[in-house]
This record gives sequence, C-alpha cells and structure tokens, in this order.
Amino acid sequence: MSWAGKILRVNLTQGSCTTEALNRQWAQEYLGQRGLATKYLVEEIDPKVDPLSPENKMIMTTGPLTGTMAATSGRYSVVTKGPLTNCVACSNSGGFIGAEMRFAGWDMIIFEGKSPKPVYLYIVNDKAELLSAEEIWGTSVWHTDEWLHAKHQDPMLRIAAVGRSAEAGCLYAAVVNDLHRAAGRSGVGTVMASKNLKAVAIRGTNGVANVKDFGKFMQAVNDGKKVLADNAVTGQGLPTYGTQVLMNVINEMGALPTRNMREVQFEGANKVSGEAMHESRPSDGKPNLTTNAGCFGCTIACGRISTIDRGHFSIENKPEYWGSSGGLEYEAAWALGPDTGVDDLDALTYVNFLCNEDGFDPISFGATLAAAIELFKEGAITTEHTGGHELAFGSAESLVWGAETLVSGEGFGKDLGLGSKRLCEKYGRPELSMTVKGQEFPAYDPRGIQGMGLAYATSNRGACHLRGYTVASEILGIPEKTDPLETTGKAGLVKAFQDATAAVDSSGLCLFTTFAWSLEDIAPQVDGACEGDWSAERLAELGERIWNMERDFNLRAGLTAADDTLPKRLLKEAAKTGPAEGRVNDLDKMLPEYYELRGWSAEGVPTDETRQRLGLS
Amino acid sequence: MAYLPPGASDNAVSVRLDEGATIFDLMDSHQVPREQAHLVVCNGLFVPPSQREGYRLQDGDVVALWPPVAGG
Repeated sequence: MSWAGKILRVNLTQGSCTTEALNRQWAQEYLGQRGLATKYLVEEIDPKVDPLSPENKMIMTTGPLTGTMAATSGRYSVVTKGPLTNCVACSNSGGFIGAEMRFAGWDMIIFEGKSPKPVYLYIVNDKAELLSAEEIWGTSVWHTDEWLHAKHQDPMLRIAAVGRSAEAGCLYAAVVNDLHRAAGRSGVGTVMASKNLKAVAIRGTNGVANVKDFGKFMQAVNDGKKVLADNAVTGQGLPTYGTQVLMNVINEMGALPTRNMREVQFEGANKVSGEAMHESRPSDGKPNLTTNAGCFGCTIACGRISTIDRGHFSIENKPEYWGSSGGLEYEAAWALGPDTGVDDLDALTYVNFLCNEDGFDPISFGATLAAAIELFKEGAITTEHTGGHELAFGSAESLVWGAETLVSGEGFGKDLGLGSKRLCEKYGRPELSMTVKGQEFPAYDPRGIQGMGLAYATSNRGACHLRGYTVASEILGIPEKTDPLETTGKAGLVKAFQDATAAVDSSGLCLFTTFAWSLEDIAPQVDGACEGDWSAERLAELGERIWNMERDFNLRAGLTAADDTLPKRLLKEAAKTGPAEGRVNDLDKMLPEYYELRGWSAEGVPTDETRQRLGLS
Repeated sequence: MAYLPPGASDNAVSVRLDEGATIFDLMDSHQVPREQAHLVVCNGLFVPPSQREGYRLQDGDVVALWPPVAGG
C-alpha cells in the first residue's frame, strides 16, 4: 500500500503504452524512487549499454510518500544510465509533477526504445498516449510548457520537458519540470532527447488514496512537520535566506572553489551571496530576490524567485526575461560565479534563467566554462576555436556568451556541451578538468572540507554533493560538528550520510528535511503509509543495499577502484589561502578505511559476504 | 544582516574592542542575541558554543556570525 501498485511502460519504438503491476517484493527491498527505479534499471539494461542508444532506458519515478500529506512530498526522480558519466544516473527534482503522477495513479513510467519522430507523453489519470511533438521540437522548455497548456486547454497540466541543449546533444542536459525545477545532473535530459521524447504532460485527479494506516500516518506526519517548524534551520534559516546564504559561509571557511578550483576563496563572493540577493541594487533600487517559493507539500520553501534589473546588459533588449523566475540556488550561483570568477549577480541570474529555459545543468555548465577559460588562458583554446570570442575569468560577457552559444548548439557551443572532461581531453589538457567519473564538482572544495573529498571520489554518479553531504556535519554542525580539516572518522561519516541519503531519496521526501529530521523521524511516516514494518534501522540498511546495487552496476559498466579518485589539482596543489592553506585533500588516508567499512575488497568490490548480508544476488 | 552596525559595508565592519574582549563581549556590544548566532567563525575556524564565552579576540581577528543556515 501507499504505492499505487502500477507502472506505465512506454515503448517509444513501437509507440505503445502498457500497464504493469509494481513488483511488490522489490518495493519492500528498495522502497521507491531512487532505490526501486534503479532496481528496475539494473534488471532491465546491459550495464555496458551506450547511454544514448535506444537500448538504454529512462525511468521517471515517484516514492511511496510522493503526493501524500507528508511535508516536502513533491519529489520525483529520473533514473537512467548517464551519458556524462557512463554510470548509473539518478536526478531528483521537486516542483509539482511528481505529486501529479501519483494523483494520476502511477508509481513510475519506464521509457524504452526510441521514437521514429518527436513525441510527448500525455497522461490523464489512467489514460496515456504518445502524441506528436514535431511542432515543438527545436523549441525551449518554456515554449513547450506554454504550447502544451494552450493545446490541452488545461492550466493544471503538469509538464516536464527537455530544451534545445538536450536536442543539440549537450551531455549535461536536464529534465525541467514546472518551468524551473530540474532533474539536473548527469545528463538525464540528454537521454530523454535521444529517445525523441520532448515532454511528459500529466493531469491526475484521483489523489493518493491507499495509505496503510491513515491515523498513524497523519500522527507521524504532524509530528514531523512540528520538528521542521521548530528547527531553526528548516523553520527560519532556509525559508528566509535560501541555500545561497552558504556563499559567504563557505568562502569564509576557505572551501569555495574559485576559477576552475585554482583557489579556495573568491574576493567577489559577497557580491553574489544570499545577502546580496536581499539588498537593493544601486541601478534600479530593487533587490534581486523577489520572494521565496515551495514545491508541492513543502513546509520549508527554500526556493528563490528573482527579477533581473531591466537595464542589465544581458536582458536590456529582451523583455521576455523582465519578469520573475527561478532564481539562484547556492550550487548554481557558485558554478556560474566564483568558479568562473564572475561577480555580477544579475548576469548569474540571467544564465540561471537560460539553464531553466533550455534545460541544462548550471553546475556542469559553469564548471565546463571555467575549464574552457583556463584552457584559453593557457593557449590551448584560441579565438579561432571560439569564433573570435575572448574567454576570461571574471568576464560576465564570457559567461553570458557561453550560455547563449551552448543553447544555440552551434560552433563552440558544441564543445561546451561536451562537459569539462571531454573538453579538456579534446584540447590536450585532461588535467585541467575538475571532475570525478566525468561529472563536474559542486561548490565545496575538498581541500577545505576533507570528508567531501571522499564523498566525491566514491559517489556513484560522479562528483556530487547530494550523495553524501558531510558539509552538514563538517561545516554546519548537523547533526554534530566535526572538524573539516580532519580526516579521522570521515570514512564512517561519509558512509552514514550516503546510506541515509539513498533511503531518503527513495521515499518521495526532500533531502533538505534531514537538516532537522533523522531516519527516526522519517521511519514512522513510511511505516504509517506503507505495507510492512519500517524502522530507522531498516531504512539505513535499505540505503546501504541501494548504494551497493549502484556500485555493482558501475563496476559491471566497466568502472574500477581507479575511478574513485580526485583530480590531481586537489590531491597535489595546496590551498593558497584561508584555514586550509597548505592543505591538499588527503583521500589516501580515508579511502582504504571506507572500503573496509563498506565490506568491499581492497579493489573496491563488494565481497560475497556483503552481498549476502544485503540480499544482493 | 539585521544586527549590522551603522557604517557596515559588504556585510562587514571594523570594530575596536577592549583588551581581552571575548566573542560574547563582541556580540553583546552589538546587541546580537546569543541564541541567534548559530555559526560563529573566527579567522575561518568554527568556534563551538561552549568556547564563545571564553574565546579572547586578538588584534586583527576576523569574526563572522550567522543565524541558523544550511544549503546544498
């Protein structure tokens, strides 16, 4: 129960939509969303499959609590084999379409094959059909959204779509839903476009009806909401300041990667910070931040809605960007700002709008542009490659030009769409790529936050903060403070964060609840809603099972322990300033202990005993 | 931001303190409620709540204060 019990299988090659019963046994072992959809993926595809071939599959999936009364229950994920990383990819998003999918009666949608012509999937409750998208192919996510709403004359239709970057083959394209929420990382949007699938439009009117024990569930939900409201971070900090407040915090602590991670502190951090978003601009007297916003069922509402100064060079002749839209979150602001050396808040906001409008990951884009700028500085890229454009750290014009060129899919835009790893390889300087397993880093320098180095190196989807956010402990003191410059104890910390995160990502709830909640707060909600007995211990074990299943897939895809590493820059070039001055990331002090705690061999392979303990075949 | 003294620029201000002043003295002199300062950082290093009362500031120290925040 709580699961709808129903899967929609869409064969794009044949143009068919069929209904299947959910595998209930797998639901007990993998819960939902990230865990359960990954189980389906690993059972159904060859790990060595080309991610952009019709043989790859893409799954849009909810968790059992998605769409329920639980706080932050608006989450869904897109699971596939990622083209950026050649690893398992699972990108999580909020907004409203996840809940709508449950209201229409579906746990997940499995897409397979490739449509001969552009199509979109249109769902109204239990009716699903593929319709022509030829008229909207080659247009943005925002245009697609407007066109679908007009065509179906339904303002409540919830839409997820890919934009022009995905169609042009950008390897870090996102699936954008509800205009400015995104399953952003690892190129899940590129896979969707490779299948000639432009959009998924859903209308559900049934609600989520089959909660196991409604009284028990609502008691647990209300208890959980009270914890979120009473907690200083989720009750006040996140709604007021958003994630962007971290800009000055991380800079002060000497862990803000700057100019392609050459430095760890950015002199312009304050100008692009959460505090700056609140301040009135000298140019028009208005602040960048317009309001905060929440996803479905959210009692935190950390989202930012921003407005750019109409006189700003990026939009002065473009009235379509004069309104309010999804503003900067910390990771996006970092990649577009400090990592490219740009301190122009409105330029960052404009490029963030473009990321939403045409569906590409701002983290990977900013980091790839930063690598391109360093390649240019080193003479490996010249104006001959860029069509006459000079690339420079700190240049807002370079940033805006880079994003617009990427969207065009022409000229140097094609190169920027390769991602940092392939770009640096193409121009003969692979060591300048700041990536793990082909995916660009987020906004925490592992020289200043040692545990994050291990979290990045071992993340199953490449460099990522959302697979084990030890920043919470190392910087913010949640659940308890650890020293960011210390390596002792970090192996256990990383493992605990990774396992708990995998469980939360499988529930339908938002990871941000864990600034206040532990698995002890989540388990009663799952237990009230879902068939079976659910405890915090069971969820932690389920998270560990998911982590090992993902690891296993990556190993079978061809990755080895040699891929559990960091770029040489972070292991050999010491931080130049701040509290971490003189430090590199000491990955070698943490990795062997991590393998041991995981129950893996020295080669990073889960042992037979570990597999048996977790029920993995 | 709400407790920044007049004359602050870029969310920062230079202050003069008595010899031997502590982090709590600094906060009290600017009416920053102790319970509001969740994250206290001196020269980039976190100062735990238990040490703030006795933490004596030196000439040139940079202290940063934040309310409860998080991100990701």
